[in-house]
Amino acid sequence: MNGTLLPLFVAIPLGGAFLVAFLGRYSRALADALGSAATLALLALAVLLRDVRGTYAIGGWPAPVGIVWSVDGLTTMMLIVVNTISFAATLFSAPYLARFTAKGKYYGLFLLMVAGMNGVVITGDLFNLFVFLEIASIASYALVAFGCEHEELEASFKYLVLGSLGSTLILFAIALLYGATGYLTMASVSQALAERAGSPLVVLAVVFFVVGFGIKAALVPFHPWLPDAHPSAPAPISAMLSGVLIKTLGIYALARLAFNIVGMDGTFATILMSLGVLSMTVGVFLAVGQWDLKRLLAYHSISQMGYVILGLGLGGYLLATGGSAATASLAMLGGLFHLANHAVFKSLLFLCSGSIEQATGTRQLKEMGGLGERMPITRATCTIASLSIAGVPPFNGFWSKLLIVIACFQAGFHGLAAVTLLVSFVTLVSFLKVLRYAFLGSLPEALRTVRESPFLMSLAMVLLAVLCAGMGLLLVGGAREAILQPAVNALQAGLEYARDVLARAGG
Amino acid sequence: MVYILCFALFLVGLYCILTKKNTVKIVIGLGIMEYATNLFLVLLGYRRDGAVPIRQEGLDPLEFLATAVDPLPQALVLTSIVIGLGVTALAIALCVRLYEKYGTFDVTEIRRLKG
Repeated sequence: MNGTLLPLFVAIPLGGAFLVAFLGRYSRALADALGSAATLALLALAVLLRDVRGTYAIGGWPAPVGIVWSVDGLTTMMLIVVNTISFAATLFSAPYLARFTAKGKYYGLFLLMVAGMNGVVITGDLFNLFVFLEIASIASYALVAFGCEHEELEASFKYLVLGSLGSTLILFAIALLYGATGYLTMASVSQALAERAGSPLVVLAVVFFVVGFGIKAALVPFHPWLPDAHPSAPAPISAMLSGVLIKTLGIYALARLAFNIVGMDGTFATILMSLGVLSMTVGVFLAVGQWDLKRLLAYHSISQMGYVILGLGLGGYLLATGGSAATASLAMLGGLFHLANHAVFKSLLFLCSGSIEQATGTRQLKEMGGLGERMPITRATCTIASLSIAGVPPFNGFWSKLLIVIACFQAGFHGLAAVTLLVSFVTLVSFLKVLRYAFLGSLPEALRTVRESPFLMSLAMVLLAVLCAGMGLLLVGGAREAILQPAVNALQAGLEYARDVLARAGG
Repeated sequence: MVYILCFALFLVGLYCILTKKNTVKIVIGLGIMEYATNLFLVLLGYRRDGAVPIRQEGLDPLEFLATAVDPLPQALVLTSIVIGLGVTALAIALCVRLYEKYGTFDVTEIRRLKG
């Protein structure tokens, strides 16, 4: 099977966004049903097409003249992650958004964001990447401001200014690459660049790309928008932003660029690793002192993104400097697996925070307490997610962190391994604080009447909690061969990517 | 030379975003940056005394390639202008709502979020 079904990944959410914005005006239940049906269909499609490798030429124009969409192992892994989280988030949205008025518009923006993210992951064309990136970004600016209160508008404006700055830098870099090579198809650009490595224009383009995607991924010197924007959005949107948006627009695009288009070299990989270590440590130390639950979670997103970039950077470093290929593969496996794991446990944590906020009306940890007996499901799922993010076995976060630490040791970076473990320990402390203040202790007088969340919200949380507990199995045998290993191979192939795509696209 | 002017315009926009306190002026800075990028894209395809990039009957393809301007950047710029319009409209809408809530356009007074 080739890529003929690919357009559905963009067509379903785009069509759904139009329908739901239009019909949602008449019936809120219909809006809920349409939103969930669209994301469920996408999830089913992503799982069914997990073995597809191929290209799709839009309008029948072959590469490099037309726009090419291409699928490899990394793409299919990202599609599964994105669509799993969006399905859980739509389930959660149905009861959670009952207090907002414009449900149709909410789902419309939500599906536009999903369309943008799927497009970013699928596309094999630089300018097309920019267009999808902007679709997802604009929808997310609007969703952050969805409540239209003081804080939400302020956060959204900050996010919009920094996000547009990033997008403009990315567009400028794309223009530079087009000027240097005369192509926009990623594969052709990559082949043309191989002949003129190290030209100053290309270096400038790469710097712009790193800053632009760094802003989108909220790596540490570029992070200030994230701790404002993610907590201000409605909880399911926070889950989407922290869970998948920063990964698809930031990490995925950066990895694709670094490994498959420009090609890794020692300096580039060192920059990525430094950004990773910086994000890890700064993020976690800013997080540990927070008392606003969602703000604390947002800072942890920055820190956990550091792990992903560290794993990928280390893999790239070993490949570029002729280190052990097995260790490089292990490091990248750890990075990508942590990306998938972080998507699951961080969106679960944000959903839990939404469930707590809806029940108690506050996000301040100091005003909570004793919620454990009143909200057993939230307590159980939140505990599982906290243990996952802190890296406690047997939950998924443990396995991916373990892989990264082992890879650091094998590569001889003992200091990096120590930092990784230290950050993991601080994360654990910070989440013990969350569990202690939210669920244990005595119930404040004002919260006597708190009740567990509605069924669909609990269902979404339990679904993600089961994934948290079970995703360690993805490392074993057939499951690893089916999902994770192809993604690692796609990155490890490096510049072979170009020949692969062009051979399929007949360019 | 002309590319350097383009880059200078880009930096003017960046300076505007970084130093101005008025939300509307920040949005204008974003606009300047976008225009600099669009200008750069169009200039990439420009060729002095170039022909219109429309193929005509009886024209040698090689000669056509040697004289016509590059039409692709023009298509890209159109797309990018439309995207810029969307971002600017949303940004201005946010400025208006911020003014309704806070009664000011000054970003130093719009700061409830911290930590």
